[in-house]
Amino acid sequence: MSELSDKIKDVVEQAPVTLFMKGTPQFIMCGNSDRALRALQQAGAPVTAVDILPDPAIRQELTGLYGWPTIPQVFVKGELIGGADIVEELAASGELEQKLEKALGPDYRAAAEERTVSVV
Amino acid sequence: MDAMATERLETLLREAFPNAAELAVEDRTGGGDHFQVVVADARFGGLSLVDQHRLVYDALSEPLADGTIHELRIKTKGTA
Repeated sequence: MSELSDKIKDVVEQAPVTLFMKGTPQFIMCGNSDRALRALQQAGAPVTAVDILPDPAIRQELTGLYGWPTIPQVFVKGELIGGADIVEELAASGELEQKLEKALGPDYRAAAEERTVSVV
Repeated sequence: MDAMATERLETLLREAFPNAAELAVEDRTGGGDHFQVVVADARFGGLSLVDQHRLVYDALSEPLADGTIHELRIKTKGTA
């Protein structure tokens, strides 16, 4: 296992909600990353964002680790939830909030501070 | 050229989901690289959305890997 893949796994396993995206919440570089972020924000999720653009190796490692070929990718407590389409679908049906509540507890919105971390 | 990419995706999906109740590929921008696919299939029944989308990604692994697909939107439906 490479150092980069260890760092990716650390974030995924430790952050309550991880969003691998193109760009950052302050500077979004892709429409799908934007859709996923908005759906998470509307559900009040405490998002930890990771920008995959600084190094192509991040995306390669990520795809190798979790077998998901596209960006964005959303994880809740280490579990892959999906990309923008799934997160939007779950948000629209109310399942996203249920999932967050189940995984993070009923007060998860109180901890909803957005942050961005780097893995390279 | 653009219609060819759409056709290729549709062929790959038909091979992977020969009994699909619904199967559609839309070129969202007309540029031959931003696609929306819709697949309704009994195989999706009981699978999580992640696993449903994985089956679609598997079917389209070639055009995903060779850069044909820049952006892919997926809508899957299970059929009873």
